[in-house]
Amino acid sequence: MKIEGEQGKSKKYGMVIDLDKCTGCGACMVACMAENNVPFKQDESDKRLSITWMRVYQLTNGKAFPDADICYLPRPCQHCEGMHEGHSPCVSVCPATATDYDAQTGIVSQIYTRCFGCRYCMAACPYHARHFNWWDPVWPEGMEKYLNPDVSVRMRGIVEKCGFCFSRYQKAMEKAHYEGRRELEELEYQTACTQACPAGAIVFGDLNNPQHRVHQLAQPDPRRRGRPGNPKAFRLLEELQTYPKVYYLSSREWVHKAGHKAELIKEAGAHH
Amino acid sequence: MKIDRRCFLSLGVGAAAGTVLSPLPWKITDDLSIWSQMWPWTPWPAQGENTFTNSVSTLCTDGCGITVRKVGGRAVKIEGMAGYPGNEGGICNLCAAGLQLHYGPTRVREPMMRVGSRGEGQWRTVSWEQALGEVSRQLAGARKAGTPEAVGAIVDQPYGSVPALFRRFLTAFGSPNFMYTPTMADAYAAVLRLTHGTDSLVGFDLEHADYILSFGSGIIDGWGSPVRMFRAHSQWKTDGATVKQVEPRLSNTAAQSSQWIPVNPGSEGALALGLAHIIIKESLYDYDFVNNYASGFEQFRDLVLAQFSPGNVSRLTGVDQSTIVSVAREFARAHRPLAICGRGQGRTTGELGYFLAVHALNALMGTINRPGGVWALPVPDYIQWPEPPLDDVARGGMAKERLDGAGSAFPVARSLPHRLAAAIREQKPYGLQVLMVSGANPLYTLPGQTDLQQTLGQVPFIVSFATHMDETAAYADLVLPAPSHLERYEDVASTAGYPRPLIGLARPVVPREGDTRHPGDVLIQLAAALGGSLQEAFPWPDYDTCLQETLADRWEAMLADGYWANDRFQPDNWDAAFATASGRFEFFPDAVKDGALFQPLEPEGDAAQFPLVLIPYDTARISNGPVASPPFLIKTVADYVLKGKEMFVEINPESADALGLREGSAARLTTPRGSATVRVHLSHGIMPGLVGAPRGLGHTAYDDYLAGKGVNVNALVGAISDPASGLDAAWGIRASLAKA
Repeated sequence: MKIEGEQGKSKKYGMVIDLDKCTGCGACMVACMAENNVPFKQDESDKRLSITWMRVYQLTNGKAFPDADICYLPRPCQHCEGMHEGHSPCVSVCPATATDYDAQTGIVSQIYTRCFGCRYCMAACPYHARHFNWWDPVWPEGMEKYLNPDVSVRMRGIVEKCGFCFSRYQKAMEKAHYEGRRELEELEYQTACTQACPAGAIVFGDLNNPQHRVHQLAQPDPRRRGRPGNPKAFRLLEELQTYPKVYYLSSREWVHKAGHKAELIKEAGAHH
Repeated sequence: MKIDRRCFLSLGVGAAAGTVLSPLPWKITDDLSIWSQMWPWTPWPAQGENTFTNSVSTLCTDGCGITVRKVGGRAVKIEGMAGYPGNEGGICNLCAAGLQLHYGPTRVREPMMRVGSRGEGQWRTVSWEQALGEVSRQLAGARKAGTPEAVGAIVDQPYGSVPALFRRFLTAFGSPNFMYTPTMADAYAAVLRLTHGTDSLVGFDLEHADYILSFGSGIIDGWGSPVRMFRAHSQWKTDGATVKQVEPRLSNTAAQSSQWIPVNPGSEGALALGLAHIIIKESLYDYDFVNNYASGFEQFRDLVLAQFSPGNVSRLTGVDQSTIVSVAREFARAHRPLAICGRGQGRTTGELGYFLAVHALNALMGTINRPGGVWALPVPDYIQWPEPPLDDVARGGMAKERLDGAGSAFPVARSLPHRLAAAIREQKPYGLQVLMVSGANPLYTLPGQTDLQQTLGQVPFIVSFATHMDETAAYADLVLPAPSHLERYEDVASTAGYPRPLIGLARPVVPREGDTRHPGDVLIQLAAALGGSLQEAFPWPDYDTCLQETLADRWEAMLADGYWANDRFQPDNWDAAFATASGRFEFFPDAVKDGALFQPLEPEGDAAQFPLVLIPYDTARISNGPVASPPFLIKTVADYVLKGKEMFVEINPESADALGLREGSAARLTTPRGSATVRVHLSHGIMPGLVGAPRGLGHTAYDDYLAGKGVNVNALVGAISDPASGLDAAWGIRASLAKA
């Protein structure tokens, strides 16, 4: 469905992450936390309770020394399109319309003031991309000074997740409208993790736009709900038909296999 | 109307249906969620004008060029600065989390004098006048006693105007004991002094290499200038370059390399010589360089051919002979081969023989000072101050030997702080009265740190110039608060392998918090208080003026761009590059003597008592230098590295079986230097018989987000002075692991 409106042509913002280049350094996680006012506790080692919109998982090939291999896999919200557009696993179960699929951008939103914390979406999300605030966030004295005014601070009792730095999209659109434009340049809107990645492993843009690098790298097939045409590319748990907009590139076969295996996320969920 | 049962029920059903169909419950739920979220304690960040300031973050090894986003007066985000040489807009995770350090609760905001016993944490706030009065009283005492050499200073690194001011202060005062924390740059500098005969910095033209042989260097684990290395790594992936990683543990670098070559720890240098053996035997080396620009090749060749045959090397390294032969041939036949070393992040100095062996590989291939090779860069020479005037006391002190033996017992070394503890303990050649520490955290970073703490207790007066209450500051007698990296001017000379001279400029981005003073200003004020030739040596009214005069014509450009770089720099041609006695590259410098230097260094400890070997490892997710990990970094640490307050060590399942340990088992890790309780993480990515432990945990200072988590590996590993360079050569230590 193409919508021409105030925001220009409809977009499908997505991400391509090159796992051959990812160094596992965690700069994307830090940039995300800094950009989005993600809270932190004194102990963040219980990963089920650790709020990480972007989380870098370590995958292992399961082989013994010296054939062991590891690979890092950064996992933002996958912004699933679902079986039909907008039928993301989380959106379809939210009773409060606190999470919604934006047909203009393809971004799955999270509206904190609407969320009343039922956590259906967390149960529905196969990627563990959603996090619940079990406590009110506390910043050590003085640290609240660095909070970003463009992103609301969350509070106890609600679910939060990656929104592809939606506030950056809004800012970029405001600027574009002010300058009399309805379309954004590719680099005008980039997520904080993409911008920060020191290895240049994360690429972000409009999957509908053949000029954008994400389109060229993933080569999404619109007739097959965005399945990647690039043989190096895959999506996580493709078999679940969630149709995510985050693609991964890897030249290692075992990584592709790991990405298709439901056990992968189950196993990661044990850490989650 | 009579309400019978039927009527009652239907009214009830009707009411229920009406309520459900009406917007009321949804409205109430929505409102409830809104009302229950409007708590006054939830911060509501203020809006304001958005501005961006460029600076250089001094937190990481080589400085990240940064752009700080400010809203009103607050700094809200640190991002990479577009166009900063090497980084090109990227940023490392430590610098990205810099605001947590800047606004963090462990900042020191006013001068503090110790009240209780050392390290107890009892402080009294004093004025700057009182603080400076106390320091000058202590310093004047040392001069009055005629022992100015009993004053020492430890800073983080040797270059830049702040270290230069400390060095100048000590010189004019009369003490040779200016120390900094040595890194692999020092080991490389020692190699260049011996083989090139020059005082140089090492540079690597990584971006133009197509076959990279890394002897333990954590290319994507924080070695060198981290962001530049990540970028080079990505470019190699795009261009199809080959990376071979030689190390005992499957680091991130090893995992992303074309081939991981597991090797017995400490035998990396022997493997390099094993490759040299094949290259020489099969005449695959660069004849032009070896015949016309090198000397000592015959001795080197004879040694390598005699002692480092594939059979011998295979026994030493655990690498099979066919791999040795094939890697040697691939390396020699590559278009632009490059061999690099310096284990992990390169914060340890390592054995001189190991560095010499790897450098010799580059010499054999004739890649020294060539595209894609190893370059010798001039040391930063932009600080051109006249020699400070010395009075009689100062001349007397400067004639004394250094406490750490650098320059005397070990002529090629410049700073050996790991030897300081022994000198203090034995009062040899003399005792230390006053220790100044700035930008360094020796009580955390130096090996054998528990030993050092006891020893430092013998130093009568320790003054720490600190931004944060780190381990060393917590143990000091006086803490002088310094402005954070976002509050001050400072020049940052790049020394971590960028192949061109580069100086970054850190500048004040936000107004200063608390009553801090720049260490440069404090030194100028102390010199003025002490008077005489010291005052003469510091003619500047304040540090900012000093920096501006020092940078001279570069100042304006650095203010505008944030850095100064010599983009046109080219390394010397071979006929002008070497200043050894022969004027040629020296394959076999005198320091090598009989070649004993090339044999693998045995780790400390008795193999019967300690059957395993502990190797510390570096990870980009934990800061392990003088700067502590902020909460965001610790949050990225995996739960198989840190769980609660317990740290995991990695061991191979084979070793674990033998010890009766399982995933997550609690265990007692013991080395000849100490003991700690850890948990066990089983990994097929580490050679059997080894114990891998992350560096950077086990802080005792700072706040609850960091303190008390895990174990400081530095405390468990003792230093071993390299017989030739004097630098700490230890790469690990023998250890035992028992079920706890």
